Amino acid sequence: MIKPDRTVRTTCPYCGVGCQLNLNVKDDYVYSVEAPFDAAPNYGMLCVKGRFGTDYVKHPGRVKNPLIRVNREEGRSAKAVWREASWDEALDYVADELSRITKANGGDAIATYASAKATNEDNYVFQKMVRALIKTNNVDHCARLCHAGSVAGLQLSIGSAAMSNSIAEMEDLEVFMVTGSNTTETHPVIANFLKRAVRKNGAKLIVVDPRRIGMTNFATHYLQQNPGTDVAVFQAMAHTIVKEQLYDPEFIKNRTEGFNEYIESLEKYTPEWAETVSGVPAQSIIDAARLYANAKKASIYWGMGISQSTHGTDNTLSLVNLAMMCGHMGKSGTGVNPLRGQNNVQGCSDSGGLPNVYTAYQGVADEAAQAKFQEYWGTDLNPVAGLTATEMVDHSYDGRVKGMFVLGENPMMSEPNQNHARAALEKLEFLVCQDIFINETGEMADVILPATSFAEKDGTFTNTDRRVQRCRAAVPPVGNSRPDWDILSDLGRRIEQRLGLELNNGFDFESPEQIWEEMRAVTPDFWGIDYARLEREGGVHWPCPDFDHPGTPFLFAEDFPRGKGKFWEVEYGTESEQPDEEYPFNLSTGRVLYHWSGATMTGRSRLEDIYPEAICEMHPDDAERLEISTNDWVQLESRRGKVKVRVMVTGRSPVNTVFLPFHFAEAAANQLTLDKVDNRAKIPDYKNTAIKITKTTPPEGWDEGYEKPLSQRGAIKDPVEIY
Amino acid sequence: MSETVTLTIDGQEVTVPEGTTILDAAKTIDIDIPVICYHEHLTGNGLCRVCSVDSGGRVQSAACVTQCGQGMEVDTQSEDVKRGRRTILEMLASTVDLSEAPEIQEMMDELDADAQRFPEGSKAREHEIMDDNPFYLRDYNQCVNCWRCVQVCAEDAQYTFALSFNGRGFDTSIATYQDNGMMDTSCVFCGQCVGVCPTGALKPKRQAMLEEGYDPDSIFEATRRKRKNKS
Repeated sequence: MIKPDRTVRTTCPYCGVGCQLNLNVKDDYVYSVEAPFDAAPNYGMLCVKGRFGTDYVKHPGRVKNPLIRVNREEGRSAKAVWREASWDEALDYVADELSRITKANGGDAIATYASAKATNEDNYVFQKMVRALIKTNNVDHCARLCHAGSVAGLQLSIGSAAMSNSIAEMEDLEVFMVTGSNTTETHPVIANFLKRAVRKNGAKLIVVDPRRIGMTNFATHYLQQNPGTDVAVFQAMAHTIVKEQLYDPEFIKNRTEGFNEYIESLEKYTPEWAETVSGVPAQSIIDAARLYANAKKASIYWGMGISQSTHGTDNTLSLVNLAMMCGHMGKSGTGVNPLRGQNNVQGCSDSGGLPNVYTAYQGVADEAAQAKFQEYWGTDLNPVAGLTATEMVDHSYDGRVKGMFVLGENPMMSEPNQNHARAALEKLEFLVCQDIFINETGEMADVILPATSFAEKDGTFTNTDRRVQRCRAAVPPVGNSRPDWDILSDLGRRIEQRLGLELNNGFDFESPEQIWEEMRAVTPDFWGIDYARLEREGGVHWPCPDFDHPGTPFLFAEDFPRGKGKFWEVEYGTESEQPDEEYPFNLSTGRVLYHWSGATMTGRSRLEDIYPEAICEMHPDDAERLEISTNDWVQLESRRGKVKVRVMVTGRSPVNTVFLPFHFAEAAANQLTLDKVDNRAKIPDYKNTAIKITKTTPPEGWDEGYEKPLSQRGAIKDPVEIY
Repeated sequence: MSETVTLTIDGQEVTVPEGTTILDAAKTIDIDIPVICYHEHLTGNGLCRVCSVDSGGRVQSAACVTQCGQGMEVDTQSEDVKRGRRTILEMLASTVDLSEAPEIQEMMDELDADAQRFPEGSKAREHEIMDDNPFYLRDYNQCVNCWRCVQVCAEDAQYTFALSFNGRGFDTSIATYQDNGMMDTSCVFCGQCVGVCPTGALKPKRQAMLEEGYDPDSIFEATRRKRKNKS
């Protein structure tokens, strides 16, 4: 039996729940992970990723020294040959190149990805470097690819984009709706609280999802709509609520505007009509609408299924409309809640990792905000919003963007239509990646700057319910890797000098705490949070305007950030790629329990052992028609690319739709997806791709390495079979 | 305000809200009652009986589940109570490997319990260490049947229902449906069970390998199979 040398409290590096972890360390090795029972938000619970999936910290493939590519002339897609460099050499090289491109083409020729995995402090320094030195707002991150649809919709209707309620409120829910979120796999700990609400509190759950996900086993109503018909279902629910006068006239009068115009637009969206489009029985829609509207407290939780669509903004608007007409806002356990996917995707957005805002959504085009930051940083700032992540790829392709800085992200896995993304990145004059591994994007870079993992650095993460929590170093950095904020501060000083700038409060940061202090100073919403308070309280929900303020677990009690909530008319229609004769199936992409994003981390840990390959889910009817059975190999082909995967036949997938996880580089779902985006949110349509399916043979040299194929090894828990 | 009840514990008077357990009431006046199966954040089930106290009834009551009553006189330290605890611990020690349960060992020392009092016990109960998934090991030789793992797998946390009791009486053990390996149950490997195990019965594989003397690099190697596509 071993005793730990020390136990370090930190925040989980995986999904947005922000579970608190205790890392047990022996001889600088994290040998086990436990969860403290007395700490929000997880109170002792974890999922397989947090508890068992942190081996990647010690993975032999960690980058230990700065790397410079020596075979640059062979093109970015050639296998990279690296040489190790000193920090001075590497940082000078990066500073030279970024300064050169800035001087020659202007700052807007540089595009940057901030990181939803890095800390708030890392991202703050990063966007400060980009904005104050390079003078561009071309900074975005993967929130664009997951919740841009939610953000755009929420901004339009209420002026704020975050979960309105905290995780702690889940236990006293009365009625709640889960839609477009496979919660048990993507936010397992939140799912436990939701299940508890049903089982212990008697809450009623409405699930609206094309896939028969785990949460349906706890649902009172399960509405299985055809993929892409979300708006039809929600509008029909709204139609029912209006027709039966179940709405809250008081709330609508006092807190909202545009209701009268909005109800006129609802006229044609009858449940009967919705049934023809969505396949959901009209009576189910009516029952769900009544249940939701008549509840005293009702919450909506959603995930990528709502936002990742060409009509992601419309999906969100139709949900917010529902919540507002029933007055289901601004109370405990009552509100609208997009579940954020990554440990710090909320924090990266809050820290200014978006092309149109500084910290806490202070607009770059807002003169007062611009003046404040100009004065604090002591330099001129660009008031024009920058490029979004999806646009950065297009601008690289046509040459307007010449240099790219990728901080802890992997656009080569996460961007849709990978062949296009590859062609775009190949054209860059300069590409630098700062990461803990060489991922698929790093393979194309000129320079790799080795950063430290979550277990090796200090800082703060902000979880999905806006709770700012500490991340603490438990073990020393691997090799010569350095924390992101430290690398970026160093680089910032070098660029500052090369561009002949002299900032007021520059890049002389010596600790994350010092960076947080600067963030507080420029961000009224963070003013009441400092490291000492986080130490005492474990975490604080922002907005928190001063030290006496308790933080804000639920939002909009009195008013909305935009004043009155606005009802937006939503038209049903889709620009998604529809199945046709040639490509008759719909492909939906998503995550599985054991992996996370591009699998840069999970694929280098014990989790890879249990779920090492992509597997596509297919409905039994489709399988019968195609004469395919479980474990057969199929080729999935869209107009953009093709992948080979194995099939698992399961009732979890709806008829005519196959599901493919996007974690696996060798069967990359984003070879197939279309880079068409929602007009307002610029979010790609990951859930709808027309494909054709043909039976095929295993890839050459295929070696299972296991006795049984993945679908028979018990890793995949099929809710349709289990219960 | 809800109703309160007043009782005495070891001669000290204490007033608590109705429904409070004797264990929690004792805590408010700094009286420590030993527990094994009880966990602060889980539903109490009164299985191990090591928290038994004399509350004036015909038999002793398990403090973790017995609610305080008005005028109750509780004795947590009587000779009878101590003898009961000692016997429970001695029986546990005869059948269970307690080498990785320092808290239980401490209890035994305090109560002067004799681990050898029932020397025949362990012969009847021997389990193989189960290594059937990539994340944790199950060594039921160390299991005290506290039921915490079953509870967190069910309604206390995960709602997965992969674990249950098997057998009766002396042969009772934790098991899965038809004794399937964990991969063939509904287990999602959240490890809540590992997190609440009071002994070394459930253990993360990484930790077990480190204890066996593997170094971090070889522990890492052990998770890698032949076919690997990631560097």
